[in-house]
Amino acid sequence: MLDVRNLHAGYGAVEVLRGIDLDIAKGEIVALLGSNGVGKTTFAGVLSGLVPAWSGTTRFNEEDITRLGAGRIVDRGLIHVPEGRHIFPNLTVRENLELGAYRRGRGNRARNIDHVAGVFPRLKERFGQKAGTLSGGEQQMLAIGRGMMAEPDLLILDEPSIGLSPLLVEEMFDLIGKLKAEGLTILLVEQNVLQSLEIADRAFVMENGQIRLSGKPSELMDDPDLQRAYLGLA
Amino acid sequence: MRQLLVLLAVFSAIAVLPAVITSEFSLNIVIMMLYAALLGQAWNILGGYGGQFSFGHAAYFGTGAYAVAVLQVQLGINPWIGMVAGALLAMAVAAFIGFATFRTGLRGSYFALVTLAFAEVLRILSNSVDFTGAGVGILIPLAPGPGNLQFETKTGFFFLIWSFTLAAFLAVWWIGHSRFGASLAAVRDNEEAARALGVNAFRVKMGAIILSGLFGGLAGVFYAQYFLYLDPYIAYGPAISVESLLVPIIGGMGTLFGPLLGAVALHTVSELTRELIGDVPGISLAIYGALLVGMVLFLPRGLAGIAARFTRRNKPAGTETRHA
Repeated sequence: MLDVRNLHAGYGAVEVLRGIDLDIAKGEIVALLGSNGVGKTTFAGVLSGLVPAWSGTTRFNEEDITRLGAGRIVDRGLIHVPEGRHIFPNLTVRENLELGAYRRGRGNRARNIDHVAGVFPRLKERFGQKAGTLSGGEQQMLAIGRGMMAEPDLLILDEPSIGLSPLLVEEMFDLIGKLKAEGLTILLVEQNVLQSLEIADRAFVMENGQIRLSGKPSELMDDPDLQRAYLGLA
Repeated sequence: MRQLLVLLAVFSAIAVLPAVITSEFSLNIVIMMLYAALLGQAWNILGGYGGQFSFGHAAYFGTGAYAVAVLQVQLGINPWIGMVAGALLAMAVAAFIGFATFRTGLRGSYFALVTLAFAEVLRILSNSVDFTGAGVGILIPLAPGPGNLQFETKTGFFFLIWSFTLAAFLAVWWIGHSRFGASLAAVRDNEEAARALGVNAFRVKMGAIILSGLFGGLAGVFYAQYFLYLDPYIAYGPAISVESLLVPIIGGMGTLFGPLLGAVALHTVSELTRELIGDVPGISLAIYGALLVGMVLFLPRGLAGIAARFTRRNKPAGTETRHA
């Protein structure tokens, strides 16, 4: 479904991504792991067209989307839920969700809102409330729900667990598992290695703008490199 | 739809004022309130709905005012045509300023400073070229008659500003109920998230600044025709930029009726202080300042926020956010 080859990108003179290769098949949850500042969020931004690529290619559903603008990429069903609960604080929860269908899924808006309400019952109670009054966990759910409004083929979740209490992190990962059960394909960008590996089908580990390791969680868990460098174990 | 009906009802009620108010002095106050509401609504489109705080709305006001004045005085062009030219030129200036700032990603205080700088540049330019009359200013010859966009009575001017202001309020009502308005609100609240949803933030902000420039320019056209005199300080000076933002901040930013409430409140206060304290220079400014500080402290959502507080009683507590 997604096929990234030798992707380079950065800001100004600073090269952040130094040749990324990554692929995702339909129905998978793929985790992209790595510590702060290795380029995970930049990578997510390049995929969704928010950050321009320097070179390399991104193919999505057999189509080259490397040079497309963010709007056109949304049209094709690659939906990015940015890092840090980017919601619209002065709009209501319902309005936030409706904006999720700004370009894609406009016709099915009512049906999709019901669907999101089913997945996130806590949001439903707060539909008329301003999104800025939601708790951190609820805001993250809203951001994901808003992404679902665009009927994603591939959903990129950038650090959905960041800044949440341990209990909520648990809940968030349960929810992501639930989305997978619905057949969504997900790229999960996370620092939370252990929990990500629990629900992922495959994982890529990024370091310094490059992919260092990749494979099934079971293989990675046994890898002494990963244990040392990213888990702080061993 | 209910909001539109309220809007039309309010403006219909305002339209009968000239029949009720017999004193030219009082009608002048109403005219100045409508004019301030127009200026404030122009700012409100970009600042209140778009979250881009301009400190240089005089750039559009002055361009509209100078366009109609210069075309009349220097080229003998009818002010009705001048009005259209003024509106278009103000939009062009807005498009230029918008392109220069939004393309380079200026936001917040940087955007505010650059807009202020553009207005100042225009003030200095109009002070140094000949066709604007430079520092001496430009005097539009008195030639009453609807064909000259001048009127024998205040009632004529009243309906001119009434229609400009109604147009601005209708445009803002449309913004509140359109796809464009939804994307503008999204960009205001969180530009990153809006872009991730596929909103073209640059294009949306350009639309807002050009629309804002249109109504700022019309306010300038009205001013020129009403007072028949302009100089660089009147047209492009900071006083206009400040009034443009004061009106919606006091009335309620990002609300349809905020600029009207703010304009009425500001002019009531200034008339009252003049009445009570007399024309001591600067005292009304001091009161303006105190009022502004008080508003930001106690009514961060402006006068419209008070109304909203009463109409939203039925909603659960704690649903209101404070944002100054």
